Amino acid sequence: MKKVFAMLLAAVMVAALFAGCGAGSADANTIKIGMTGPLTGDAAIYGTAVKNGIEIAVAEINEKAKAEGGLKIEFKAEDDEADGEKAVSGYNVLKDWGMQVFIGTVTSGACNAVAPGAVADQMFLLTPSASSAEVAMAGASTFQMCFTDPNQGASAAEVISLNWADATIGVIYDSSDDYSSGLYEGFKAKAGELGLNVVCETSFTKDTKSDLSTQVTQCKDAGADLVFLPIYYTEASQILTYANKIGYAPTFFGCDGMDGILGVEGFNTALAEGLALMTPFDANATNEATQSFVAKYMENNNGQVPNQFAADAYDCVYAVYKACVAAGIDGKTPAVDACAALVKQFGSMTFDGLTGSGMTWDANGMISKAPAAVVIENGIYVPMG
Amino acid sequence: MQILQYFINGISIGAVYAIIALGYTMVYGIAKMLNFAHGDIIMVGAYISFCVTNYLGLPAIVSVVISMAVCTVLGIVIEGLAYKPLRGAPSLAVLITAIGVSYFLQNAAQLIWSSSAKNFTSIVTFAPIRLFDGKLVVTGEVLVTVLVSVVVMFALTWFTGSTRTGKAMRAVSEDQDAAQLMGINVNRTISTTFAIGSALAAVAGVLLCSTVPTLQPTTGSMPGIRAFTAAVLGGIGSIPGAMLGGILIGIIETFAKAYISTQFSDAVVFSVLIIILLVKPAGLLGKQVQEKV
Repeated sequence: MKKVFAMLLAAVMVAALFAGCGAGSADANTIKIGMTGPLTGDAAIYGTAVKNGIEIAVAEINEKAKAEGGLKIEFKAEDDEADGEKAVSGYNVLKDWGMQVFIGTVTSGACNAVAPGAVADQMFLLTPSASSAEVAMAGASTFQMCFTDPNQGASAAEVISLNWADATIGVIYDSSDDYSSGLYEGFKAKAGELGLNVVCETSFTKDTKSDLSTQVTQCKDAGADLVFLPIYYTEASQILTYANKIGYAPTFFGCDGMDGILGVEGFNTALAEGLALMTPFDANATNEATQSFVAKYMENNNGQVPNQFAADAYDCVYAVYKACVAAGIDGKTPAVDACAALVKQFGSMTFDGLTGSGMTWDANGMISKAPAAVVIENGIYVPMG
Repeated sequence: MQILQYFINGISIGAVYAIIALGYTMVYGIAKMLNFAHGDIIMVGAYISFCVTNYLGLPAIVSVVISMAVCTVLGIVIEGLAYKPLRGAPSLAVLITAIGVSYFLQNAAQLIWSSSAKNFTSIVTFAPIRLFDGKLVVTGEVLVTVLVSVVVMFALTWFTGSTRTGKAMRAVSEDQDAAQLMGINVNRTISTTFAIGSALAAVAGVLLCSTVPTLQPTTGSMPGIRAFTAAVLGGIGSIPGAMLGGILIGIIETFAKAYISTQFSDAVVFSVLIIILLVKPAGLLGKQVQEKV
């Protein structure tokens, strides 16, 4: 018995030796990109969207490389459940796997936990959707594909002052959420500058979001005729439903977290008519790149329409790929060297993708792209003039 | 007028807490265990009702009945598989098992219905009542929830007080061993308690999601905790106490949000709980039991 066990152990060790060999001899023609995000748990909808978006871009690139020759991508995702500690361990798993470029994490809280380590490791970090300012400020090698929250909040204030200059404004935000509070802070500062008439500011937290009737009533009583909702669409759909019930019909204005509200199952989309939101990505856009992406995404995911998280993730892969090709990075380039080269590329390149054209990054790693606002009319996004 | 509107909002959510608390208190009072999975059975109940109305196109009332049936079966199965083998075990073991069941249900729901939120279509179809030029709005959900919670409270009080099964439940609650000696089937009695508690959870789930339409796998957990607090506030084990506690928590929470701070509403709610428990350790309507040593 003992002998059999010893043989088995030896066999396992030999196998492990070969496995190690496989990982060690990196293919020069393939770069390794890793991602962590919430693939399960509360925020799974964002993590899976990012993963699916990345997979489409990777498949496209590899197909093209197979046909025409060129750099290929090997991709691996780890689940972090939007939790900082799990994100760090996922990041470490990917590092051991031989990751050269890190696309992630998906949520701001987890990204803030990973970023300092990635900066210390000199691992290039490009997040599709972690939009808190801290992520970009963590170091020279952290970049964002999405808008930084305070910047987006400020653009929202500008759009409101252009289109609804005389509005009395109410704000409902989630004070327990980095994203929502960041948007609110940026909005508040800009609204003060522009002299917007904010009559009611109210908030909720993670633990009290199961009932938002009080907050809606507060806005109604303050006489707000425009309600700014820098929150995710799940809570927004609840607010819209309740406002309709009590016969309160202001203009609602959301940010990119509002994207997806039309896809909420069971939600009466008639309630979203006239809702305005800031979103860099519109799945109904008629350009060829968007349509091809949407078609592929729907085919891979039982007809689900991609949201902006998926589009941002898709752009991330292409931006990284473009920079890698330009800098001559291949599968043999150590992550540290790749990082330095990519930082240089991202500082100087201009990138066109699904979520905007002529995107550039500043020295902090914050993106600059044109903010686009849309209004929902007859159940589809119509660009705001 | 404003204050009246907040009062109504408070009663609206409070009545939902009350129904959930009735389930908690019922199971605790009789089986002497905290069924932390109760909040998640509520979530399952709401999902079943959502599926029946949205996918099968059946009327809302049918969905409630089906949802109650499914939850009853679920409650009995959970009790049989997870709690019954632990009948003699320390209460801590049962408590941890209940937390495990809670996680299991949440993750199972996520696998079946995905994590993306659904918007529950209210089962109440009649229009809200608008008073004083629409300054005061009483939604249909408020009326239905309050009505249902009062009916459930009286029905439970009558059931435990007057029927044979109800009397058996009270006997089990007093002393399991003695009840068994008197020829009461303790296991079946506890199973029945779970069945009733779970059917109530289904009703609570439908009413919760009619009031607050966001339906996702974690929907039941926060209201579940609030309702547990309500049950403790009213005196856990006491049926009218659960009702009173639920309504009180709802009103305190809403007023704290409206007039103190939306940030500190929970702190206010739990401070009130602590103060009341300091004055009346058994809760508002709870029985003070003297432990004989």
